[in-house]
Amino acid sequence: MRLRYPGSIRIVRVPCTGKVDIIHILRAFEKGADGVYVVGCMEGDCRFNRGNLRARKRVEEARRILEIIGIEGDRVRMFNLSSGEGPKFAQYAVEMTEKIQSLGPNPIRAKARRKAA
Amino acid sequence: MIVAERKPIEEIIEEAKGFDRILVAGCNECVTVCEAGGKKEVGVLASALRMYFMNQGREVKVDEVTLERQCDHEYLEEIRNIIDNYDAVISLACGVGVQFMAEKYFHKPILPGVNTVFMGATEERGVWSERCQGCGKCILAKTGGICPVSRCAKRLFNGPCGGSSQGKCEISDELPCAWQLIVDRLKELGRLDEYEEIMPIKDWSTDRAGGPRKVVREDVRQ
Repeated sequence: MRLRYPGSIRIVRVPCTGKVDIIHILRAFEKGADGVYVVGCMEGDCRFNRGNLRARKRVEEARRILEIIGIEGDRVRMFNLSSGEGPKFAQYAVEMTEKIQSLGPNPIRAKARRKAA
Repeated sequence: MIVAERKPIEEIIEEAKGFDRILVAGCNECVTVCEAGGKKEVGVLASALRMYFMNQGREVKVDEVTLERQCDHEYLEEIRNIIDNYDAVISLACGVGVQFMAEKYFHKPILPGVNTVFMGATEERGVWSERCQGCGKCILAKTGGICPVSRCAKRLFNGPCGGSSQGKCEISDELPCAWQLIVDRLKELGRLDEYEEIMPIKDWSTDRAGGPRKVVREDVRQ
């Protein structure tokens, strides 16, 4: 399909989104990521039954924690698609990138940089 | 096990914001099982705190450690060499662990990271419910293995009160009447005659009413 999606995205492969834990999302922000989104299979279509449903709950929890500590919760999101939906994958990547660009850089990274300078 | 709940992060931040070097200490026992204060929760809380302080423009050192238990001297000793590197410890152990650590490290502020709620069981992942109040005189042999002290809202000993309706307690539609459970189980065991026996007044001196308790066993004492 040779689809294009923003080059600012780094893909971390996991065997199932059920593997993604809250700490993985938080660590990404701590290390300076501007946003994190989890792309799982369609709900009801999980090969491991409930992996993507677990992931959604963890994404919600990570979002709640980020809001508490002063980082916009919108920087983390869950998407669902089937493995055959390449165009949708690219579309979500663009959607998320635009959202993050409107929010600006990760506030803690910005502050750490200002401090270093 | 002892069941605890995570404290709101806002509350922990409020308690910890005056310190520059913080150790978040988890416990590998009960609080790990009830997902309130194990290694995973330590990681999440420490990460959240680091980001909070960074966002405030403050440089606060937040480190992580998880001990096998915080209610035993030998495991608490494991942090003796590092504790002076910190201004305060946030302990995610139950209230026992927090206090025992505070006793051992007398000059170090030890802050609780969880609310300890009861002694209970894991009904299913994410659902825990109370089973024991540690009254000090177990009567489960007479009540079909179901405890009226911890599971009856009124702690009744001789059958249900008038608030028992269709097997539920009057305080909540979701709460089973302990005495209904007891009668059902005694019936199943063919021991309903035990229900007829009048239970004498309970000696509550072994409960908390008699003040803080202590168990001393001379045969194992060193």
